[in-house]
Amino acid sequence: MKKLKVFATPYLVWMAVFIVVPLLMVAYFAFTDEEGHFTMDYIAGVGQYANIFVRSIWLAVIATVICLVLAYPVSFILSRMKKHHQATMLMIVMLPMWMNFLLRTYAWMTLLGNNGIINNILGFFGLGPFKLINTEGAVVLGMVYNYLPFMILPLYSVMVKIDKSLIEAASDLGCNPVKVLFRVVVPLSVPGIMSGVTMVFVPAISTFIISRMLGGGSNLLIGDLIEMQFLGNSYNPHLGAGISLVLMVIILVIMTLMNQFNPDDQVLI
Amino acid sequence: MNVIFKRLSAVLCAAAVIGLSGCTGAVQASDGTAEAETEESEAQTLTVEDMDYYTRFKGQDISINVYNWGEYICTGADEGTLNVNAEFTKLTGIKVNYTNYATNEELYAKLKGGGASYDVIIPSDYMISKMIKEDMIQPLDFDNIPNFRYIMPSFVDPAYDPENAYSVPYTWGTVGLIYNTTQIDIPKEEIDWDILWNEDYADQILMFDNPRDAFAIAEIMMGYSLNTEDKDELTAAANKLKEQKSVVQAYVMDEIFDKMAANDAWIAPYYAGDALTILDENEDLDFAVPKSGTNLFIDAMCIPTGAKQKEAAEMYINFMCEPDIAYANIDYICYSTPHSAAYEMLDEETRENPVSYPGDEYLDEHTTIFVNLSDEANLQMQTLWTEMKSAENQNTNLWLVPTFLLLCLGLIIFTLIRRYVKKKKDIY
Repeated sequence: MKKLKVFATPYLVWMAVFIVVPLLMVAYFAFTDEEGHFTMDYIAGVGQYANIFVRSIWLAVIATVICLVLAYPVSFILSRMKKHHQATMLMIVMLPMWMNFLLRTYAWMTLLGNNGIINNILGFFGLGPFKLINTEGAVVLGMVYNYLPFMILPLYSVMVKIDKSLIEAASDLGCNPVKVLFRVVVPLSVPGIMSGVTMVFVPAISTFIISRMLGGGSNLLIGDLIEMQFLGNSYNPHLGAGISLVLMVIILVIMTLMNQFNPDDQVLI
Repeated sequence: MNVIFKRLSAVLCAAAVIGLSGCTGAVQASDGTAEAETEESEAQTLTVEDMDYYTRFKGQDISINVYNWGEYICTGADEGTLNVNAEFTKLTGIKVNYTNYATNEELYAKLKGGGASYDVIIPSDYMISKMIKEDMIQPLDFDNIPNFRYIMPSFVDPAYDPENAYSVPYTWGTVGLIYNTTQIDIPKEEIDWDILWNEDYADQILMFDNPRDAFAIAEIMMGYSLNTEDKDELTAAANKLKEQKSVVQAYVMDEIFDKMAANDAWIAPYYAGDALTILDENEDLDFAVPKSGTNLFIDAMCIPTGAKQKEAAEMYINFMCEPDIAYANIDYICYSTPHSAAYEMLDEETRENPVSYPGDEYLDEHTTIFVNLSDEANLQMQTLWTEMKSAENQNTNLWLVPTFLLLCLGLIIFTLIRRYVKKKKDIY
């Protein structure tokens, strides 16, 4: 076993160079000013954007919950199917991901537009037009659409391992289907829920493309704010790093909280 | 001008800079390095005046890195046009590594961040003055750029480069209003910026998603200078933009193209050169040059400090000012040219088009070129802009943040108790 450790070296080097060092640089930029002196100004300055943070967290939470609600039954049904059907269905779930993320979001822009396909169809029945694009709802929709597979896959891979005989035993011993779900299936799928939530929540909270394309530029999220510090009117990498650092701390806190619900032997963080 | 490519590369580059979004997928074609190919071009043949000048470096295996806007050079894709970079290589033996950027700020961030070495860049006016101030571009040796004599006098010694030591103008244009004639029943001559505040068109108005351009519109309406650094004037302009927010459908940049072409909005500010391309796509659209004045933008060729091949870069700049080449480029990208010989070569319809060439009188009287603002003014503008854009949630944050913190605290206590109880139960 010990000898095998050698094979992990490439990744360790990769991690050190491309993950740890950049993180340290973010922290360095966040706590220094242009002359390289220590300052807390930028971290403190993040406070004025509290409303943007709240909106980002709120929208990401909504998107994550919707993803979970949609993905859970799908994953369960998927995991109970015959093996060869599972492969086909999984491929259908993955299919949208074969296309580029930006193009998919662009497609939503044309669908949701004032003269878009959805409003045209509704108009045919004498409804609308509704304001669909450039709203918070459209941003959440974009998040759900883009990140749903990231919820389905971990849930499915955990659920497919749940032994059918456990469910049968529970039914046999007098559990009704609801009880089977909450006493057997849900507890056994907690690790899947945890990693699914992480994989949806983290990219959702830091996205900036979706909010820009579907939010019409007036639903600023943290990602937009950080982008503005680098590519906006004033080039301010220190504030950008400060905001990124605060964002990372917030994500860490939320993830730690989440993990408290994991079974004790499977705590991730 | 293919705006989609420009836009995709903008988005991708932004993603690369922050590394936040999870979209590092495909579609790199638009952003990749397009090496000039040295194939024989069957298109028109090129004549240059001074062959000896261009053949100096032949056989020395030199290459230069050119960093330009997306879709901003003639590539020879249309039949009968020149592939400018390939022609340059053919003529001089210098290889051209050609890459694209989407915004001035992206260019700035790339140069400021180091690690990239470019020989020719093409920033806009205000960015040039910023780069001069920060020593990021170097003075040119105009003895190596004899074709500078073709540049029209009105574009020599511009405000952003008063002694004209650092830059050679490449293209220019104005910002105007693009509108849908079936929805907006106002004579073209009477259209002015205030239409963007008109409540009759609520939710059909698009606005620039870029503080400098957006503030400029408010500043023109209020009679301020486009380059004002006055704190009160900036605040007043921001308030003006805040008033507009309720009628604006979306704050966008390149998306204006698609949205206007698809009739998703009725009116938007846009750059003249790109606007001409949309007019071709949707016949209901028209372009008005606002009577109260506008911003005149100039993109000019510069050489960054630390360029490895300065002389070859100057040769490239000179080559871009060859009449045939300047004409090929301007014919392809549809912007306006500061090059007198290329202007003469344009057909009469283009020369007379008031969108591209509104006339010297209008340019002198009613347009202003951006220059760089001080760091304080830039910062204030950015802060005001962010505040304006996130204004609607301003009043709710008073209780949302404490609630969120309390919720977190509650969850922590809950899980601690839960664990404690579990441990007590778990006597085995």
